Amino acid sequence: MKGYNFGYLDEQTKRMIRRAILKAVAIPGHQIPFGSREMPLPYGWGTGGIQVTASVLGPDDTLKVIDQGADDTTNAVSIRRFFARTAGVRTTTHTEEASVIQTRHRIPERKLREDQILVYQVPQPEPLSRLEPSRAETKRLHALADYGLMQVKLYEDIARLGQVSISYDYPVMVNGRYLMSPSPIPAFDNPKMHGMPALQLFGAGREKRIYAIPPYTDVRSLDFDDHPFRATRAPHACGLCGATDSYLDEVVTDDRGGRLFVCSDTDYCASRRDTAQVAAQ
Amino acid sequence: MIVLHAKNLSKGFTLHLQGGVHIPVLSELDLQLRAGECVALSGPSGAGKTTLMRSLYGNYRASGGRILVRHRGEMLDLAAADPRTILAVRDETLGYVSQFLRVVPRVAAVDVVSEVLVRRGTGVEEARHRAAGLLQRLNIPQRLHGLPPATFSGGEQQRVNLARGFIGGHPILLLDEPTASLDAANQTVVVEMVREAKARGTAIVAICHDVEVRNAIADRLFEVSPLQEAA
Amino acid sequence: MSQGTLLSARRVSLAFGTIHALREVELDLWPGEVLAIVGESGSGKTTLLNLVSGRLRPDAGAVWYRDPDGALHDVHAMPDPALRRLHRSDWGFVDQNPRENLRMGVTAGGNVGERLMAQGARHYGSIREAAIDWLEQVEIDPDRIDDFPRTFSGGMLQRLQIARTLVTHPRLVFMDEPTGGLDVSVQARLLDLIRTLVARLDIAVMLVTHDVAVARLLAHRIVVMQGGRVVETGLTDQVLDDPQHAYTQLLVSSVLHA
Repeated sequence: MKGYNFGYLDEQTKRMIRRAILKAVAIPGHQIPFGSREMPLPYGWGTGGIQVTASVLGPDDTLKVIDQGADDTTNAVSIRRFFARTAGVRTTTHTEEASVIQTRHRIPERKLREDQILVYQVPQPEPLSRLEPSRAETKRLHALADYGLMQVKLYEDIARLGQVSISYDYPVMVNGRYLMSPSPIPAFDNPKMHGMPALQLFGAGREKRIYAIPPYTDVRSLDFDDHPFRATRAPHACGLCGATDSYLDEVVTDDRGGRLFVCSDTDYCASRRDTAQVAAQ
Repeated sequence: MIVLHAKNLSKGFTLHLQGGVHIPVLSELDLQLRAGECVALSGPSGAGKTTLMRSLYGNYRASGGRILVRHRGEMLDLAAADPRTILAVRDETLGYVSQFLRVVPRVAAVDVVSEVLVRRGTGVEEARHRAAGLLQRLNIPQRLHGLPPATFSGGEQQRVNLARGFIGGHPILLLDEPTASLDAANQTVVVEMVREAKARGTAIVAICHDVEVRNAIADRLFEVSPLQEAA
Repeated sequence: MSQGTLLSARRVSLAFGTIHALREVELDLWPGEVLAIVGESGSGKTTLLNLVSGRLRPDAGAVWYRDPDGALHDVHAMPDPALRRLHRSDWGFVDQNPRENLRMGVTAGGNVGERLMAQGARHYGSIREAAIDWLEQVEIDPDRIDDFPRTFSGGMLQRLQIARTLVTHPRLVFMDEPTGGLDVSVQARLLDLIRTLVARLDIAVMLVTHDVAVARLLAHRIVVMQGGRVVETGLTDQVLDDPQHAYTQLLVSSVLHA
């Protein structure tokens, strides 16, 4: 595309972001500030994720973009097209073909590999933000590994509701040191982060923070010994492919209460259906 | 065996709020006390008997001289001792039954009495049991044991005070008017308790206006004379 | 600093502009003892408490703390994380206003359990049991464990603050006018509670109060302050019954007797 650098961002900016990424990888789970640039879409639409992707993308990469697990929503389509035009990279909807996957609010069901990078879009990077409004204070809490506040929140949930009420953006402890927000992925996806062979990068454009989980890192969801974390999903099979191990979306099919549960990960569902079809033939 | 020896003990008060006037009360006083004996302080009102007693207890700071107390086998100068030492001496060696019970709100009589035992490590139940026994001996009925002494009569409060003073088995006891508010029957009980304590080797300094009681418990008198007031 | 003292202030001075809040203050605190700091407003007693606990820095002098292993630490030379850890474990601070210390949006149980969780306690059942136990010890109905502090009376809030502070068995607790602003009967109950708990748990307490009666009830030793200086110090009953310094005599003679 004429007039634009590869991947839209200029090289100086990419260098700055890569430096932030290196620091982030060196201190798993710790938030690194970066000079978030103005992007051609508003805050709240994935500017952080896009800047990270732009900085790690090379001409030989294959890019997949998903939004709530789907490749075909407006945002996923727009972002994928954005990079196709500004970087000219190959794009795909198949998880196993991609070298870089940018995601909003889900982790693909298919296990990722060492040669892949997962880029998360993050609205609020600070896991303590709802418990402690002062950023200066949360900085201090992270520095001192003083996370009693979050444990108290879990205690309060169990005392009031009998279980932890957090269903997405469930806080995790990374590498035994930093409390991290995994972005608003469902709690069901948390276990996938633990020991993942792929590099996980997190970008928050509005809040101007980048953080990372290097491959094969310890990531544990906060819980109590006698109230352990459970990855919960709707107790149904996918209405399209029959999967019982994937995260499901609930789709309302008519105005008489009809509903269908389908895999949120569209590529996973489609692959299973294709495999089943081939097997049937 | 000498258990208490006040040597050249002087005590005066400087009243800064009254223009710094100095009131000497005790001057170079010498008092020795042996195990098993009871010395009664005698002298007119205001002569300094209570001042002497409070000084011996460390409640008043001596202006001069020494107050030697046999504590844990050694003679120790209470007048020069640091606060923690004084507290240890009061805990183990030197007991004091004041004229008035200082009332701690909300604490039951039986707990007021048993406190010293509990502090030394006796179990609460055992300590309360012993305290109750002593209270009953002093004719404080069972139904009052669980009540805070704030609402007790003067005589009842004094008996709680006495129970608290005697229960610890201190080798030296200072008794300030131990029978002042008591009827004859209870006076007899106190006299018995003093005799039993003496038989155990307890040394006692007592202030007693009642001559009969004084005669019953004291082995000798110690005269405290009023000083001429210095200008 | 002699063997065995828990906390010592040596020649501590602090000025706020031209106001000399503390002048060459010296004091010691021994394990298991209750030390009362008394004086009128402006005497510097609260400033002293805040300074000794690390909340304020002195202009001159030092404050030394002896840890459970016997090692000495200069409170103001300690790195921030170490001081914060100290405040969460070995030390406690009972504020005059319990609302400043408590989390009003967290249940009573959560408030009491927080220090345990901050230290790494991860068993919900045990934390809850500890919270119930402590609520009972401070005479709060354990059924209120899931209630929010905003439904508690002033006296209950203060007792909750005490439970929250003592749950980690600190060796040293600073108290700033713990009974200030409470009704007399409520005060009596609270003082009795403090007296019992402190004796039972063998905690050292540094207690600031303007009320001499509170000092007499709770403290082994007393420090009298006036104009930023220590004017008299010693055994509580001795200082209050036989005050030597003019100011102490004034203070004692001003106390109304019930």
